[in-house]
Amino acid sequence: MNHTPPTIRGEPVEPLLQLSGISKSFGGLNALSDVNLHIRRGEIYGLIGPNGAGKTTLFNVITGLYQASAGQFEFNGHRYQTGKPHVLAQAGIARTFQNIRLFANLSALENVMIGRHVRTRAGVFGALLRNRKTRAEEQAISQRAQELLRYVGLARSAHTLAKHLSYGEQRRLEIARALATEPLLLALDEPAAGMNATETASLQTLLQSIRETGITVLLIEHDVKLVMGLCDRVAVLDYGKKIAEDVPHKVRNHPAVIAAYLGVGDD
Amino acid sequence: MNIFLQQIVNGLVQGSVYALVALGYTMVYGILGLINFAHGEVVMVGAMLSLSSLGLLLGWDVSPLLALPLSVIIAMVGCMALGYGIERVAYRPLRHAPRLAPLITAIGISILLQNLAMMIWGRGYHPFPVLFANTTHSFAGAIISDVQIAIVVLAVLIMAGLMTVVHHTRLGRSMRAVAENQHAAQLMGVDINRVISLTFMLGSALAAIAGLMVSANYGLAHYYMGFLLGLKAFTAAVLGGIGNLRGAMLGGLLLGLIESLGAGYIGDLTGGFLGSNYQDVFAFFVLIAVLVFRPSGLLGERIAERA
Amino acid sequence: MQNALKNPRLLLWLMFAALVLLPFITDALLGRGWVRIVDFAMLYIMLALGLNIVVGYAGLLDLGYIAFFAVGAYCYALTGSPHLALAFPTLFPDGIHLSFLIVLPLAALLAGGFGVLLGAPTLRLRGDYLAIVTLGFGEIIRIFLNNLNAPLNLTNGPQGISRIDPISVAGVSLNSTQNILGITLPSVHLYFYLFLACTALVVLISHRLERSRIGRAWMAIREDEIAATAMGINTRNLKLLAFAMGAMFGGMSGALFAGFQGFVSPESFSLMESVMVLCMVVLGGMGNITGVILGGIVLALLPEILRHSVVPIQQSLFGKTLIDPESLRMLLFGFALIVVMLYRPAGLWPSRLRRRELQTDEAAETI
Repeated sequence: MNHTPPTIRGEPVEPLLQLSGISKSFGGLNALSDVNLHIRRGEIYGLIGPNGAGKTTLFNVITGLYQASAGQFEFNGHRYQTGKPHVLAQAGIARTFQNIRLFANLSALENVMIGRHVRTRAGVFGALLRNRKTRAEEQAISQRAQELLRYVGLARSAHTLAKHLSYGEQRRLEIARALATEPLLLALDEPAAGMNATETASLQTLLQSIRETGITVLLIEHDVKLVMGLCDRVAVLDYGKKIAEDVPHKVRNHPAVIAAYLGVGDD
Repeated sequence: MNIFLQQIVNGLVQGSVYALVALGYTMVYGILGLINFAHGEVVMVGAMLSLSSLGLLLGWDVSPLLALPLSVIIAMVGCMALGYGIERVAYRPLRHAPRLAPLITAIGISILLQNLAMMIWGRGYHPFPVLFANTTHSFAGAIISDVQIAIVVLAVLIMAGLMTVVHHTRLGRSMRAVAENQHAAQLMGVDINRVISLTFMLGSALAAIAGLMVSANYGLAHYYMGFLLGLKAFTAAVLGGIGNLRGAMLGGLLLGLIESLGAGYIGDLTGGFLGSNYQDVFAFFVLIAVLVFRPSGLLGERIAERA
Repeated sequence: MQNALKNPRLLLWLMFAALVLLPFITDALLGRGWVRIVDFAMLYIMLALGLNIVVGYAGLLDLGYIAFFAVGAYCYALTGSPHLALAFPTLFPDGIHLSFLIVLPLAALLAGGFGVLLGAPTLRLRGDYLAIVTLGFGEIIRIFLNNLNAPLNLTNGPQGISRIDPISVAGVSLNSTQNILGITLPSVHLYFYLFLACTALVVLISHRLERSRIGRAWMAIREDEIAATAMGINTRNLKLLAFAMGAMFGGMSGALFAGFQGFVSPESFSLMESVMVLCMVVLGGMGNITGVILGGIVLALLPEILRHSVVPIQQSLFGKTLIDPESLRMLLFGFALIVVMLYRPAGLWPSRLRRRELQTDEAAETI
């Protein structure tokens, strides 16, 4: 990765992402109300909560898919309007999807190459003239994409259509594609969903190694064990409100959290 | 003669027909999130079927009082079968395919129906037989005929009936449940495929009646009539807010009025440059304007792009 | 021969030679009328390749594509015929008569402009809206062409515009017979070479776009729009770009059509023509240049083949014509759209990547 994390872990530095008073309502229903949270540079930040607590809504606000009804959104020192995914991707937020959204009829390599879109420039004229600059850029795109495929262990499937990859491979390809956008914040929506124990373990290793390259990670997960084992800090949502935010072992014993999970039940 | 009032009358009559066809678009859209491109052709088939059966029945000396309802029923049954078939062949196998796929099969169905209709019924115009003395009434300087009154009254009755079905029957509840959340509806024991099939059939039955109304109003029918009618009724559905039943009715009436007033006054407005032969253009500009300024339509709430 | 097929460069030269000889071979075997048909097929291929950018790459269904063809055709017809003298006798007493090399890009730009006008409000919405708006647009353009003959005679209405200048390249009118190095080149041959050059250009542009950052972004939008925007792709701008580029190709082939035929009328731009071009793209394989070209050839020749076979076959079987070739053709189109989407969505000629996949699948199965 080109950027190095400017943080020393554990010390209070300017957060990478700062949400203040974020609310989101769908036709009168408040999915999120007045959520404040910040994600520090270089950490793995977990977001958990019972079903219907608003995790996915918050995630979609953070990645730009939803427009917040109210609140401020500050990323990497700049204010952004919510609701514009491509702007936030440009700013450095990349995501994966809970129910895998790959470009199904394109090869694994092409999927990752598309991830490079936002960090490259060639336009129509570059494409038509195919001048030296464009060719060099294409070369770089393809090279970087291959590196990333190798990084997630898919080097041998570069030319396989995404839809023909196995489930675990598709999840890893989504991560490679997200990494290709050179994110500062990698947001993962239930990356371990549907994985067996071995696959989850290798996912854990992968996420740790991603963090070591300096990328901040946001994780929504149902697998509480994975979250507790991996995250530096965890926030808990319930009924659209943040009820706790702390290091994992403290969150685990937080009375509001226990009440939320016992009261509503987790699947 | 009061031209303004006359255009209002014409607009309301035409608008009732648009509303009936628009309901078909909107019901399918509400449930499947898909525009049934072939719906206009179902209207055409309805018109043709009712005209043919009417001709046949009259030829057997059946009284017009009996022949008319019989031919309506024949057309409705035919169109319901057609609607069912369209959904089974063109949409159901592609429910999880990329968006483009069902659009293309729908176009294929339209082309197929149009050309089959042309082969069966020929390229010419089919006149609507004179069944009753079509007396015209005049009030406040506008003229309205029995047929036009019948169209409006029938359309209002049908729409009221449809609202009852949707809001007060088991089928209606299942339809609304599927529209709200297919997955949840399935978990609650709703047979989704059955509801979808029934929705197509209901919309097609309305289309059959609308087809008969159009041909009665203009006094003719032909194989190409479904295309523009479908386009306009779709515009009406979008204008009212696609997916919303009341919106389809409102949109239909409004579009009828816009068209007829527009055609009546376009000559004056453009200083004689454009004439009433541009009537068909209005619907298109209405469609574009709605999509630009209020894509959710007048009564719609749902955003255009579902995540 | 085996070696030749393995050497791509030699294969390319052989293909080039075959294409250069094609009008002569066609002329000798089938007659000059068929060379004209081949010329028209080239126009259709250009149209299909243009639509392929919109439908095949970006996944946007444009059902009024022929309208852009109409815009290009009338652009050439108005600037290349004496007709404007009727509308503006003092301004253009003899019409404008611009050079072909100016009108061709002009027609493309004008059509592209219409594409942007139409796409800007609709492309931020769901794909179905675009489909129906373009459907309406195709119809509207035709209504205007049919009616803009009064009070100011711009389009000459249903009669259309005739006496359009033939295309002339470098001072040589293509409506004449030329002798080059002792070889006689009739007009249809000259047009063939012009169209061949234009088609080659369109193929080159399509090919380069397909393998570029822009092309990949289009395909990402086609595959999954939400994932595409999450990757930082500005979907609205890129869709608009695809739509405008497709429209430009349409406008360009429209101008060529007007010059070739010497006459344009609204009749040539019906919905059925849009459907036919769509069929070419779908049948051949959306997003795959070779497939689209094949689709274009097959469907452009189909009406001629039907015309020469359907009537005689029916005559000999039933003694009369039950189905006229025109309706049969449309029936086949409708049928083809359904069957291909249901059973072979990648088209009859899957792209190279798909083929490679199929092969590896088969290889895996045999092991």
